[in-house]
Amino acid sequence: MCMLTEIDIHATTDARSSTAAHAVATRDNRAKDQKVIVNELSKRTEWVDEIYAIRDTQDSAAFAKLFSHFAPRVKAFLMKGGSSPEFSEECVQDVMATLWRKAHMFDPTKASVSTWIFTIARNRKIDMIRKQRRPEPEELPWGHQEEPSAADVMALSQETGQLARAIAALPDKQRLIIERAYFGDLSHSEIAEETGLPLGTIKSRIRLALDRLRHAMT
Amino acid sequence: MKNDMKQINHHLTDALLMGYSAGTLPEAFNLVVSSHISLCDECRARMHEFDAVGGAIMLDQGSVPVGEGAFAATMALINDGKWDTPTSTQAKKDATFPQPLLDYIGGDMSKVKWRKLGGGVCQAILPTTKDATARLLKIPAGAAVPDHGHRGTELTLVLQGAFEDESDRFNAGDIEVANEDMVHQPIAKEGVDCICLTATDAPLQFSGLIPRVAQRVFRI
Repeated sequence: MCMLTEIDIHATTDARSSTAAHAVATRDNRAKDQKVIVNELSKRTEWVDEIYAIRDTQDSAAFAKLFSHFAPRVKAFLMKGGSSPEFSEECVQDVMATLWRKAHMFDPTKASVSTWIFTIARNRKIDMIRKQRRPEPEELPWGHQEEPSAADVMALSQETGQLARAIAALPDKQRLIIERAYFGDLSHSEIAEETGLPLGTIKSRIRLALDRLRHAMT
Repeated sequence: MKNDMKQINHHLTDALLMGYSAGTLPEAFNLVVSSHISLCDECRARMHEFDAVGGAIMLDQGSVPVGEGAFAATMALINDGKWDTPTSTQAKKDATFPQPLLDYIGGDMSKVKWRKLGGGVCQAILPTTKDATARLLKIPAGAAVPDHGHRGTELTLVLQGAFEDESDRFNAGDIEVANEDMVHQPIAKEGVDCICLTATDAPLQFSGLIPRVAQRVFRI
């Protein structure tokens, strides 16, 4: 997915005035769903400032904003993945506390805030459920000591928005398979069993979906 | 990102990267995947893409209210300060071998406890969960690894030297993803000993009658 992207600024601006921000996205209401996603996007770079505020001044008001936005979403994601409400609640608290503790490690040119929170949630879940270590790639040597440029942060933010729109626009079958893969705990072969589809079909759906996503990003 | 690393020609598959990003691979696979990504800028960029897909999907699942006391409980977690010691910025200990691997060895390559497999080939099994096995293999330059098939998937990451099998040549940094249909006989190229990090799906579960020691022998 290349960095050169065309962004529909108008869509983002329109959505900003929408009141759908806190609507629960549902599968049977795609239009509203899309609007929520787009509205989320316009907030992405703001969240970066909140993370910085936690990092620099231990700003609990900024943290409260992040918490009220992301905690219910992380919980919904964990429960969609089959976790119990109790476990999800505990995991969410852990994820949000980890966000505070690791605020100094957040790099907005590498990941959007939502992507970063996703990786924290994934790692906490592996840790809590599977009791296993999660080997991570070694960090690249830092090329810069200063704050990343606003342009770089914006570019990544826009790219993330485009990706969310591309996923929402996937045909249902392709999107559902990718979702299942990310809900965790289901391997490709388990997805095949659950849906009664042969493994080859699952694999080709995922490939098709990825091809579409890549196409949408170039 | 290694300056001394030659160009990498064999990369991770989408399925492996998606599994790594979703967090559904066995630990041994995660070790090989993260080691390859440490050496390969292209797969690192693709990993970030897959993480971004995960982030977008996470946000697309609506919201479920958290408990009334959740925020206070989280602040209490933050304030009680009982964190695991934050992992210090990884200091590079070794010029050739990726950090995730060194973490599992618990030091540099001199800490590896090699065991002879015959024919000059040595192996060292690394401690991971039992759903898959991670091992280091050292193959003397010019020697062959015994002919073998696989029950599931086998990942082979070249760390030093190079090998060739029926399918292609694999240099340092390259990863071979072999499935169960593939029977191959890797041969180390002349020059230096070939060192690889591999991961295989665990063999079938043994019944409780077979002691762990015997299982360890069978894994060879």
